[in-house]
Amino acid sequence: MAPEDIRQSPLKLTLRRLLHHRLFLLGLGLVSIVAIAALLAPWIAPVDPNKLAMRFKFRPPDGDFVFGTDNFGRSLWSRVIWGARLSMFIGSAVVLINAVCGTAIGAAAGYFRRLDNILMRFNDALMAFPAVLLAIGVTAVLGPSVNDVIIALGIVYTPRTARIVRSSVIVLREMEYVQAAVAAGAGHWRILRRHILPNAMAPLIVQLSFLFAYAVLTEATLSFLGVGAVPPTPTWGNIMAEGRQYMIDAPWIIAIPGIALMITVLGLNLLGDGLRDVLDPRLRIQS
Amino acid sequence: MSLLEVRNLTTAFQTGRGEITAVEDVSFDLNEGEILGIVGESGSGKSVTALTIMGLLPRPPARVAGGSVHFAGENLTNLSDSRMQHIRGPGIAMVFQEPMTSLNPVFTIGDQIMETIAAHERLPQRALFARAVEMLEKVGIASAATRMADYPHQLSGGQRQRVMLAIALVCRPKLLIADEPTTALDVTIQAQILDLLLDLRDEFGMAIMLITHNMGVIAETADRVIVMYAGRIVEEAPVATLFDQPRHPYTRGLLECVPSLTTERDRLIAIPGTLPEPIRRPPGCRFAPRCRFAEPDCAAGIPPLTRLAPGHNAACIHMPEP
Repeated sequence: MAPEDIRQSPLKLTLRRLLHHRLFLLGLGLVSIVAIAALLAPWIAPVDPNKLAMRFKFRPPDGDFVFGTDNFGRSLWSRVIWGARLSMFIGSAVVLINAVCGTAIGAAAGYFRRLDNILMRFNDALMAFPAVLLAIGVTAVLGPSVNDVIIALGIVYTPRTARIVRSSVIVLREMEYVQAAVAAGAGHWRILRRHILPNAMAPLIVQLSFLFAYAVLTEATLSFLGVGAVPPTPTWGNIMAEGRQYMIDAPWIIAIPGIALMITVLGLNLLGDGLRDVLDPRLRIQS
Repeated sequence: MSLLEVRNLTTAFQTGRGEITAVEDVSFDLNEGEILGIVGESGSGKSVTALTIMGLLPRPPARVAGGSVHFAGENLTNLSDSRMQHIRGPGIAMVFQEPMTSLNPVFTIGDQIMETIAAHERLPQRALFARAVEMLEKVGIASAATRMADYPHQLSGGQRQRVMLAIALVCRPKLLIADEPTTALDVTIQAQILDLLLDLRDEFGMAIMLITHNMGVIAETADRVIVMYAGRIVEEAPVATLFDQPRHPYTRGLLECVPSLTTERDRLIAIPGTLPEPIRRPPGCRFAPRCRFAEPDCAAGIPPLTRLAPGHNAACIHMPEP
């Protein structure tokens, strides 16, 4: 047997379990709809989301305008689809920042106990702020653009990820196979990379899927409050903020991005629940 | 010069109730190809001795409070971390008690064996694979090339201990420390693993330090035996001498605890009492409170290891004749 063939991973098993988890599949479906819409935005919503057309303003959803138009006659279909693109981009970027920074900080704190106090007290200080307040504070310093919102949300949520990774690492570093690896002459880096981090992945993946939802939700909150990406950037939060004053006469303006947000967050949460059921062995026993 | 020379080794732990010494004034030599058995109850300092040699104790709270460990001429007690990393594996390797938890659950056993080689040698993937398969065959895993792709949970306890041995031996160590390698296994598997250890010793010519509380394991495998009690060596002898003429009352007590098929006996004679807590050790001989030969003068001072015959030492001032 060739060396390439031996890497048949437990991935197959996990995938099979996930494919039998109904709510996970529902979540996956919902998230996929949003993700596909986001990916295909230039083709399925070719109208510029910022193109003004005053003569079409306040058109309710109908055959011409699937999702209707807003107070400037902009196509809500385009705005919501392009908003999905932004939400997905911001969510993914925040998750990526978290995965990298949170893992690095958590692993350092959990593995090198001398760093633990310094890193974790700083972490606690950041976690003591309510997420939205901290994010507002950071965007106030950085400025209101999509990139700054991503950095702000990264700063807000990294401590939570770091905490989860740290607690896994603290447990794993005492495992006998880690001691056995030390006894076989493995160095710190090798032990972290090969023995500790792969075993810490399951709770991290679960955390990141929920974090995606938080990031999307908090980004919308920031936009709605007017401290996120500046209007007319078509984020769901911006659309809802603009539609707020026409809620009685043109309820679709605020309802449609709201429903999109709900579908996304619900989908991501169901996805996360499914991943947790499959990946977290302690909870798996109960179900 | 011996392969391993341990001199007056003392290992202490900082605890909330002050510093305790888990290993005290332990000296012994180990030659190439020799199997040294270390016996004693749980808490007698056997494992701490092994972990001190390997440099695996967390410092703090542990520290080497005195003495030295020389391996192939190098003093291990003041070696840098990176130098120690090079000794672990190709110099000294270790097998642990629990084969069920000593393997990483997320990688195949093949990965884990190849990983160990890769930590010490730069080899192409194919060479790594061949070496790993060869080692698996040596430790008696059937159809080794296929089993390389197995995950630890697909193996039985005995097979996992074989894999642990393969991981320990794949870098051809000069010294193998086996800390209760058979305690967690079935009796039949125990015998197989011990036979395997003997075979591998003959093939690789390595020295083995075999830590156990099982006198039967010692009788079958060791060349020489050290008996430890409460952190100190109480008797040291070649294996035959130890079983025929045990001189320290503790050794005799240990041997009386072993069930025998040849002599008729209604009950096993247990040693009364328990090992003293490290912070409440009695003055003088630490075994005196449990010893049926104890005299008042046993509390006067710690009895020194006294030479009785070449290679046979015991630490008892009365030394009742067997």
